[in-house]
Amino acid sequence: MSKIITSGGDEAEFAKPLYVPIKRRSFFMYAGATAGATALLLSGCDDDDDDTVSTPGMVNLGSGDVGVLNYAYALEQLEAAFYARVKASPASDFSNTEKDYFNQVAAHEAIHRDFLKAAINRDAPGKIIADLNPNFDSIDFTKRTAVLNAARTFEDLGVQAYNGAGKYLKTAAYLVIAGQIVSVEARHAAYVRDLISNGSFADDSIVDAATGLDKALEPVDVIAAAQGFIKEKLDATNVGK
Amino acid sequence: MNIFRIIEQLSEVDSDALGRFDSRRAVFKTLGETAKKGALAAAPVFVASLFQKAYGQTTAPSVVEVLNYALTLELLEEDFYAKMIAAGQVPAGAPAAAIALIKKHETAHVTLLTNTIKALNGTPVAGKKFDPAKFPADYTTQLAFAQALEDTGVRAYKGQAGNLMGKMAGTTSLLQVALQIHSVEARHAAHIRTMRAQTPWIPTADSSLPAPLGPVYTGAIPESNVTQSGVNLTTQLGTTYTANDAAASFDEILTMAEVLDSSRAGGLVV
Repeated sequence: MSKIITSGGDEAEFAKPLYVPIKRRSFFMYAGATAGATALLLSGCDDDDDDTVSTPGMVNLGSGDVGVLNYAYALEQLEAAFYARVKASPASDFSNTEKDYFNQVAAHEAIHRDFLKAAINRDAPGKIIADLNPNFDSIDFTKRTAVLNAARTFEDLGVQAYNGAGKYLKTAAYLVIAGQIVSVEARHAAYVRDLISNGSFADDSIVDAATGLDKALEPVDVIAAAQGFIKEKLDATNVGK
Repeated sequence: MNIFRIIEQLSEVDSDALGRFDSRRAVFKTLGETAKKGALAAAPVFVASLFQKAYGQTTAPSVVEVLNYALTLELLEEDFYAKMIAAGQVPAGAPAAAIALIKKHETAHVTLLTNTIKALNGTPVAGKKFDPAKFPADYTTQLAFAQALEDTGVRAYKGQAGNLMGKMAGTTSLLQVALQIHSVEARHAAHIRTMRAQTPWIPTADSSLPAPLGPVYTGAIPESNVTQSGVNLTTQLGTTYTANDAAASFDEILTMAEVLDSSRAGGLVV
């Protein structure tokens, strides 16, 4: 088990900044920018006012930066669970290339999930949401087309979610992390789209033809779209607030 | 905010942190006065300027500077694809359609960024072209250049996100717009990479690009990096992951200076 995760019970660990230890070189990069200094200020804060009130039967993602991180963690849990299932029992009409694609993406999404879990437990102890139970009843995992279409939905939704939530992050270091993940989600989205129909990686149905912009969705809209695949009821109304 | 704890943390990684501030006493005097005036809201700005002075870094670029930097890259990409189409070697069918779609997006990004800079009363850069002397003669190398440009574009946008935090153009979040361009560049990169029979994502070692494109995946934080926010993704997540999967699951940033370095995009623009 990771040292980061198991260190969660030690009060002294909580007081440490996001980057533990601060690498000398990366610190210099941060010190140069106002945004970086703001991140340092946040790490110097003792108080955490992200307390959330839970409604019974609901998973409240929370507010502030930890709300955004929990939101990302919820989506990564969903994606990771989906790909783990595809990897465990791939559709019989998958090509070897497609099986290989799903195996690699399963690893990427599991890493995203596990990384966010470690980061939230370290930086906002006690604020992480519970493990979610996926509901994939609507997906026929035995059919290539059904699995590819579901993968496209999850990946495009993931891109739109990160694109819409980045502006709610107040800590520059978290924004960098979100940016590092979203471009990989976009790579997944492009590739699965090409598997469905070569050339559809960024076609007019997903990228605005006039502005060349990918879509962005607000957290409540993303959760509304994802809710059918999750047994627990998620509340994203305070994400980023 | 606990400025003392921040400085304490700094001292742990930088033994002469305090010596870097022009005068230790002056710093705390100013801080004290700021607090007395109740101007705590100004404290982050004060501390930011303090760190900038202490570490001799240049001021963070202005919004217009960031947008002009993005526009420079988009102009470079747009002209590259125009030259690629004009060279007439892209096979008809799927490859030609893909290159045309990507070119269309780069043109749209140029228009969007130009208009945004004007709306902010800035002067958009213009006339940035792909150096004709560097344009490859054969289609295979052209595709390799396209991969280098797209993967660099992804890293470049990512590197500027922090400088766009909270920056607005009217009611539009400039950060969000930049993110919406950024993910499109990533879609392009994925497709170009598959046109070259590469994985759509960037593995630990990507040595498939011919010179002078090698440095695309290097940098202060190379694409082979497997540690994020102090967490080693291969060993510290409770499950063991391969370095290849760990590196591929996160794209890395490039700084403005790195992108404009002559060994990267800076060496291709005229």
